[in-house]
Amino acid sequence: MSIHLLRRILESLLILLGISIVTFLLLYLLPADPARQIAGRSATVQTVENIREQLGLNLPLYQQYWHYLSNLLQGDLGRSYLQKTEVSELIAARLPATLLLMAGAIVCELVIGLALGVISALWRNSRTDRVLTVVSFTSVSAPQFVIGILLLYVFAVKLHWAPIGGYGTFAHLVLPALTLGILGAGWYARMMRSSMIDVLEKDYVRTARSKGLSRSRILFRHVIPNAILPIIAMIGIDIGMFMSGIVVVESVFSWPGIGQLAWQAIQRVDIPIIMGVTLVSACAIVIGNLLADLVAPLVDPRIRVR
Amino acid sequence: MKKHVLAPVALAVLGLAAPLPSIADDAANGGSMIVTYKDDVSTLDPAIGYDWQNWSMIKSLFDGLMDYKPGTTELVSDLAESHTLSDDGLTYTFTLRDGVTFHNGRAMTAEDVKYSLDRVTNPKTQSPGAGFFGSIAGYDAMSSGNAQTLSGVTVVDPKTISITLSRPDATFLHVMAINFSSVVPREVVEEFGEDFGKHPVGTGAFELTDWTLGQHLIFSRNEDYWKEGLPNLDQITFEVGQEPVVALLRLQQGEVDIPGDGIPPAKFVEVSNDDQFKDFIIEGGQLQTGYITMNVKMPPFDNKAVRQAVNMAINKERIVRVINGRAVVANQPLPPTMPGYAPDYEGYAYDPDAAKAMLAEAGFADGFETELYVYNTDPNPRIAQSIQQDLKAIGINASIKSLAQANVIAAGGESDQAPMIWSGGMAWIADFPDPSNFYGPILGCAGAVPGGWNWSWYCNEELDAKAVAADGMTDPSRTAEREQMWREIYLSIMEDAPWVPVFNEQRFTMRSPAVGGEDAIFVDPVHVPVNYDYVHSTAAQ
Repeated sequence: MSIHLLRRILESLLILLGISIVTFLLLYLLPADPARQIAGRSATVQTVENIREQLGLNLPLYQQYWHYLSNLLQGDLGRSYLQKTEVSELIAARLPATLLLMAGAIVCELVIGLALGVISALWRNSRTDRVLTVVSFTSVSAPQFVIGILLLYVFAVKLHWAPIGGYGTFAHLVLPALTLGILGAGWYARMMRSSMIDVLEKDYVRTARSKGLSRSRILFRHVIPNAILPIIAMIGIDIGMFMSGIVVVESVFSWPGIGQLAWQAIQRVDIPIIMGVTLVSACAIVIGNLLADLVAPLVDPRIRVR
Repeated sequence: MKKHVLAPVALAVLGLAAPLPSIADDAANGGSMIVTYKDDVSTLDPAIGYDWQNWSMIKSLFDGLMDYKPGTTELVSDLAESHTLSDDGLTYTFTLRDGVTFHNGRAMTAEDVKYSLDRVTNPKTQSPGAGFFGSIAGYDAMSSGNAQTLSGVTVVDPKTISITLSRPDATFLHVMAINFSSVVPREVVEEFGEDFGKHPVGTGAFELTDWTLGQHLIFSRNEDYWKEGLPNLDQITFEVGQEPVVALLRLQQGEVDIPGDGIPPAKFVEVSNDDQFKDFIIEGGQLQTGYITMNVKMPPFDNKAVRQAVNMAINKERIVRVINGRAVVANQPLPPTMPGYAPDYEGYAYDPDAAKAMLAEAGFADGFETELYVYNTDPNPRIAQSIQQDLKAIGINASIKSLAQANVIAAGGESDQAPMIWSGGMAWIADFPDPSNFYGPILGCAGAVPGGWNWSWYCNEELDAKAVAADGMTDPSRTAEREQMWREIYLSIMEDAPWVPVFNEQRFTMRSPAVGGEDAIFVDPVHVPVNYDYVHSTAAQ
């Protein structure tokens, strides 16, 4: 196990190194000249050249990458050209909001997804099951910005049940967490359904039933806890899905997290922020996958480590 | 020495068109407002900040020697109580006001003015505005890193500073009014270094009391502000990260007072027809012109007749309709509110038949193929299509190259890349209300260099010399003569036709019923977008 752990960590580090190269190359792939961005439109050609030199943009590529990597290892993600602030400071200021949103989304997807999955499994092949199947597929396929704007329009603008975007109270969290979680809820509903059906046919459930245990006791004591285990291990992978979702959801709901930071930076071609957020998101995905890999054998011993 | 307290360099034109609005600053103080923006505020360092979002915020936190009368482009003294100009037109001596203190309580002195000018021109500061100070003696040594201080700036005594120029410069007082000239306290700049922009301390009407990154900034009244009765509000909260559409919805529900990014184009018609809010929309001009450049170094645009024909081929009114009428048709480079604008000039009338005939006369009866570069965000590609159709009507087949902003700018900066560029999204907005600001970088020889902003590569040395002569007229009694010279320069440019001036965009701001003030301060031409110092709370009245 410990060798497996070590190997997985080493693999993750290699992936992160690869990601650092890719994000560094972003600097050269994006259509923007950092020196000119800093210099502004009134600067002379000489001023632009001076700034290019001060930023080290005249150095050979490998030297620039080495410089970038050594700063990175010290936690220095660079300084935003437009925000004129350390990127790490900008990300740190916004990370709590994103984590809160993700936690809310996990709660939403688990509560909705598991509930729908249980209902579908218990009334398998009924009309309810078929309707829920359609609902799950719709939630999985609907673009998040559509769901977000729809929820915002109905619950905030028309019904006034929730604030129109923003941050600070529980009420502000509900709609964005729901929007972000609804995609995962669809997946979980499908997975929980099949996992439940699987467990319902197990011998120990049949035994419990023949012992005369009540239906609710069988369900809550034997079926759901066993059916839920493989799903819990999936939460780590969700982080990756959330990372792509937060850019949209945070922008729609004016949620001050790193997704919104990334969206603003993309629109203004603020490369150091784009690089920083990409790197942090990639780390989150790698760590999420690592956790999922490590947790899976613990909750389901059938998943053996190689 | 000629003494003049206020230099009336600017704005006869606006004054002729309408009486200057008088801004009532006797409004009762108190109350607060909420302003929203989509993007986080970049920096509040006056030496660095150079976008229309932080421009007016910086003006509320800092002061410079000069400023403009609220809601107008009329230059007035600010931290300087008065100034004199030497007979040779080279040395300005400013007497500073008494009783001005920074937000940290320290009195502002002439040393601070000198420090601020040294700082903004030091290449290490990387100020995008350093070039504005090019006429101060010693600037070249400073910008090349060979000096640590501007030799032309001298502290005479704590209340007096003299600034010597290397050449007469009629725009100098405007330069003293732009944000880059704001006076900053050395000790605070040195304490925070690069992060001064996050911890700004100035002498302005408001002070920054909280900045939560990505969420909000809070400006609170500077209780010791030297201008009596100002600011009107006790507090302004700038909420950031708010999409313009969301901001508008929130305004309609009474949660927001000013959507800082303006009315989103998609909602414009709807809001203008809303009985409840249409009276709270404020329209104003801005010192901006949208234009098409024709590269005079690339055939066939090296032929003046071809450029003139294109000028006659463009249906500008249709282009204005493409942007929901949020602009006025332009016929010359200067916008109408700029001194030097020629109100009687008729320009090239839209006449495709005459254009076609002229093109034939120039030897292009069958038209030609060319490329039109455009910044790829809405509405610019749609405008480019409209231009493309107009050109097609006279036989010119223009293929549209819709690119990222940086790519268009880079192509414009090469002499042989972009035959035509639609300037939308990158168009010139004046830094200060003076006709010279529309010339040098975008129409003068100095800008027609690799990496420059003169995308038509038009370089007329005669006009350059005339521009230098006009800017040498520092005597305020020759203001009208100087304006006339500039008017002639721009009309000569129109004769050579390197540009098709298309429109001057109008600005539309909205306010909630909870805040008030003269309309002019909500579309202030200099304190862009809103002159926060003069907004008042209606509840406090």
